[in-house]
Amino acid sequence: MGAKKKYQAVVIGSSAGGLNALKSIFEGLDKRFPLPIVIVQHVSPDAENYLPLFLNNMKKIRVKEADEKEIPQPGVAYIAPPNYHLLLEHDKSFTLTIGERVNYARPSIDVLFETAAEAYGEALIGIILTGANNDGSLGLKKIKELGGIAIVQDPDEAESDSMPRSALGTVQVDHVLNLKEIANYLNSLI
Amino acid sequence: MKKKQEEIQENQEIEIRLLIEALYLKYGYDFRNYSKAHIKRRILNRFQISELNSITEMTHKAIYDSDFVDKILMDLSITVTEMFRDPSFYKALRQSVLPVLRSYPHVKIWHAGCASGEEVYSMAIILREEGLFHKTQIYATDFNPLILRHAKKAEYPISRIKEFTVNYQKAGGKRSFSDYYKADDETAKLNENLKKNIVFANHNLVIDSVFAEMNLIVCRNVLIYFDRQLQDKVIGLFMESLAGGGFLCLGSKENLQFSPHFHTFEPVVEQERIYIKNYSS
Repeated sequence: MGAKKKYQAVVIGSSAGGLNALKSIFEGLDKRFPLPIVIVQHVSPDAENYLPLFLNNMKKIRVKEADEKEIPQPGVAYIAPPNYHLLLEHDKSFTLTIGERVNYARPSIDVLFETAAEAYGEALIGIILTGANNDGSLGLKKIKELGGIAIVQDPDEAESDSMPRSALGTVQVDHVLNLKEIANYLNSLI
Repeated sequence: MKKKQEEIQENQEIEIRLLIEALYLKYGYDFRNYSKAHIKRRILNRFQISELNSITEMTHKAIYDSDFVDKILMDLSITVTEMFRDPSFYKALRQSVLPVLRSYPHVKIWHAGCASGEEVYSMAIILREEGLFHKTQIYATDFNPLILRHAKKAEYPISRIKEFTVNYQKAGGKRSFSDYYKADDETAKLNENLKKNIVFANHNLVIDSVFAEMNLIVCRNVLIYFDRQLQDKVIGLFMESLAGGGFLCLGSKENLQFSPHFHTFEPVVEQERIYIKNYSS
């Protein structure tokens, strides 16, 4: 079945309030969603990575932690492991690093978004969700610069509005959507 | 607009590749098989604070200015670590590896890619607590001479002690962590006796050769920076450096699953990435 148009991957960045936001999006997501989704959710470094299990249990698309050198597959969602940056290479494989924190965060949304933008160019959709910092703004800008689509969660709906507002202040985005609309948008790509 | 951006990216990548090539030709530092996304981020960070006009200017400066090369070297080195990083690993080491090593008359450990030494001294502490330190020789190596100097000093900012202490306790530490260092307002200095059986040495995993008859090799969060080809080569190097029944410890996101040397090893504690080299190989 393959995705309409030209898109090849979706990247999502979320922080404070992200668990509920991701849950809402996955609730609305069609099981047949055909693209890889790569997610950075800020978590404390020694947290067990329960997010893959949590989202996988929703029985939508398959969700797993991103492994180093793994190549993201259609219809699978990948979560960055706690305390590692997640990068995408030109050959679309994942790299994990323990480099310095970026925007006080590891994993950092900027690191994923900037490298994903270079890997996927105009075939990438970037989504910034709720969060209490400004991580992801520069990454979203890069996605836009390289011809991808930039989406930001409506700050009025976000549990924590700083991250969406920062993104809106940095990037001329394509869409400002609430969570339900984000799920619908993604489903429209099927 | 878009096409122009693509061209900028492409040119930038050519310039970065030439810089990496220059580092190799001039100094022998070989980053050619490192993760390209990682290298690019680090080089661009340095470029942004360098006040130079292009990456190509960085290359010129790297060839002629050794202080500048030191900076790039630090950028590209993996310097972020902590004492008892991943405490559950150290716990597993204590439970599943050290009891085996205890039966040996002498123990040889190679800590490859030791960076600023935090994990080497963590090892020294648990060896002491388990009564093995006196008969152990630890070879701690890194390719970066600056960071090795730092490792030898065994001094860490006092601000990090809280994190180290928590890790030490979680790792099954038997004493008070403060027994192992002296602190002033800014710095915690680890006890001299922890350095006793450690030899720090320059060694580059990418280009240098094997060590002999090691009983335990620790190389954590280094392989993730390498491409598959270099990973295979380095795991081969470890295989040759280990005695039969020797242990190999990797980082929590690294594994041997895709290595051609996979069948040479058996997992001891799979989740902590602790493997043993078969006697027959």
